[in-house]
Amino acid sequence: MQKSVKIITSILLLLLVVSLVSFNVGCTKKEKQVVKLGFIGPLTGKYAKMGLGGLNSFKLAVKQWNESGKNKYVYEVVSFDDEGVPQKGVEVATKACSDPEIIAVAAHYNSMVAIATTDVFHKFGVVNVVWGAVLPSITYGNDYPEVCRVNGTQVEQNEANAQLVVDKLGFKKFAIIYDTTDYGRGHLQYFKEALARRGITPIAEEGIVIDQKDFTTVLTKIKALNPEVIYFGGLTPEGVNIKLQMDKLGIKAQFLGTSGIKSDDFNNALGEHAEGVICMLDGAPVEKLPGGKEFMEAYNKAGYQEPPEAYGPFAYCAANILMRAIEKVGPDRAKVIEEVNKTDYEDIIGKIHFNEYGQNDVPLATPYVSQDGQWVPWDDSLYAKGERVLPGIAYREGKEWVNPYKKP
Amino acid sequence: MSGFAVILQILFNGIMLGIQYSMIAVGFTLFRGVLNVLNFSHGDVFMVGAFVSMTLIGAFGVMSATGFTYIGMIIIIFLLSMLIVGIIGVVFERLAVKPVSKGPVTMSLLATLGLGIAIREAVRLFYPRGGESKKFPELFHKLFEGTKGAFEFSGVIFRYENILFLIIGVVVVLVLAFFINKTKMGLAIRAVAQDGECALMMGVNKDLIIDVTFLIGSALAALAAILYGLYYNTVVFDMGALMGVIGLSAAVVGGLGNIYGAIIGGFVFSLTEALSAAFIPRGSEFMDVVAFAVVILFLIFRPSGILGEKVFERV
Repeated sequence: MQKSVKIITSILLLLLVVSLVSFNVGCTKKEKQVVKLGFIGPLTGKYAKMGLGGLNSFKLAVKQWNESGKNKYVYEVVSFDDEGVPQKGVEVATKACSDPEIIAVAAHYNSMVAIATTDVFHKFGVVNVVWGAVLPSITYGNDYPEVCRVNGTQVEQNEANAQLVVDKLGFKKFAIIYDTTDYGRGHLQYFKEALARRGITPIAEEGIVIDQKDFTTVLTKIKALNPEVIYFGGLTPEGVNIKLQMDKLGIKAQFLGTSGIKSDDFNNALGEHAEGVICMLDGAPVEKLPGGKEFMEAYNKAGYQEPPEAYGPFAYCAANILMRAIEKVGPDRAKVIEEVNKTDYEDIIGKIHFNEYGQNDVPLATPYVSQDGQWVPWDDSLYAKGERVLPGIAYREGKEWVNPYKKP
Repeated sequence: MSGFAVILQILFNGIMLGIQYSMIAVGFTLFRGVLNVLNFSHGDVFMVGAFVSMTLIGAFGVMSATGFTYIGMIIIIFLLSMLIVGIIGVVFERLAVKPVSKGPVTMSLLATLGLGIAIREAVRLFYPRGGESKKFPELFHKLFEGTKGAFEFSGVIFRYENILFLIIGVVVVLVLAFFINKTKMGLAIRAVAQDGECALMMGVNKDLIIDVTFLIGSALAALAAILYGLYYNTVVFDMGALMGVIGLSAAVVGGLGNIYGAIIGGFVFSLTEALSAAFIPRGSEFMDVVAFAVVILFLIFRPSGILGEKVFERV
């Protein structure tokens, strides 16, 4: 009897030890939980370059987290293509939100797509950190905690625009061309407001339809009014055509754009015709921030085919914001929404702080000028240093402008 | 710039567009004549023209050539693109247009619409990075090197290359008119258009005539595509969709079945667009609305178009 008890006890002890050891082994060997993050942007079509630049940057951030070793979870990117088309955006946003494994999303370059999907994210209760769309009402037009934004808006951009061209460069006669989407109309509204604060009324406002190719009629009408500056509130594909046709019609004015044309594509497509064009981008120039340099190095090292483009760094930060939140509160959609709204830290684009609308309210926009096929921050450019003269300034003084473009 | 100069400039720009629209409209009219179909894939054949010529320009290395080789290459590229796209047009006709032409109208409508979408998507998927807009090379750049590329006449800018487009357009129309009216082949085309069976009895090889017609129509679309590429400097895989509808509208406004009508229709359409953009407040937003409204008005009040279809009683 005693013997059998001993045997049974020892067997039980042995089993306990074995199970404990195996449990321990299991614990150390057990994979970290996989958490899926959604990325939505235009991966094909006209805006593909911007979308792919954003996706690569997003992936880069995820890769860095996964390799850091400090991560509690392993992150996986699921990418969706919105083609820059609102209907398609709603479709893929719904698809992303319907996948319960996707905890959080960073979505959209195009404003008209981002404004269309706000309701989807709200309905499904999934956080979306917008990484590229600049229409103010995406965050300010609703009280959805699900929709946040890491990049700035048209308000700051157009104020910075007016500061440069009116306050600093002294231009007074503006003709505005805008595309008739929400995005273009937003630029029209906020640039006009920025001008109005300086007592200036534009001499012309012309709307154009996206996918339109011929702008010669609009430009001919504007030419007759002799503007000093032609402002374009729209995106690269139309911007390229307008600038080209403006030159072909011999219009002697300064071309001024927004973040919509801040793409390498604009310079590549126009070549020497891009020289002296001014545009804006929210945030500080990434190249100048200490983290920005590392970002570019890591990006180049990762061997992506496409450049990060203007909003890559924002997509990178959007990924960081999402993963920071998930690390803290775990892969729970509702808790992540709450945590993302509390975002307040320093990243490669500088300080990021989300206000009550979920909008990064660090108000900053940097003007850029196209110089030898590159977008150069205005303050560093040969134009600011006085070594080159902007076309608009030469024309204003009644001089011919000699294009100083040198092939890069 | 005076008001008169503005109008003149707008008219000149409208004419540039009109040339392209006319070239496409002529195709619609020709096909409708010999096969009695509305070929909705024609706009996409036009788009293929742009991609073929762009590829040829790259393959020939035209931009690095000089002197006579350069001019020779330009001419070869124009002709070769037209020939290649012409043959592509004939292949499509045999595959998907002629086989359904005898059936009800809905069949040819669906078949050609489907063909158009298939062509468009094929270019998007199989051309390298086909979904993005492509920069079309500035082919004539060197011809006018050293000049300002344009002359100014009381504030109106006339670009040399645009004048060249105009000359090309006029020459093509004259050649086409000569071919249709003065050659045996042209006579055969007219015969088939009037009465296919009767032409067959007179010894006309109807299948050959249909092929030739598609060759010509598609080649003209290729020419329009090159002019389009040179004028806008960008081409994209879906550019044929709207151009196809515009081309058909122009053909209908001018009088479907009448070649001169198609040409006139092209200019009516482009000038309506240009003038509505210029003179209606916020017109540039609505120019397509106005232009297509004009098409609808024509359909209601003059369904046979400006010149009217040459209708022959069928026996």
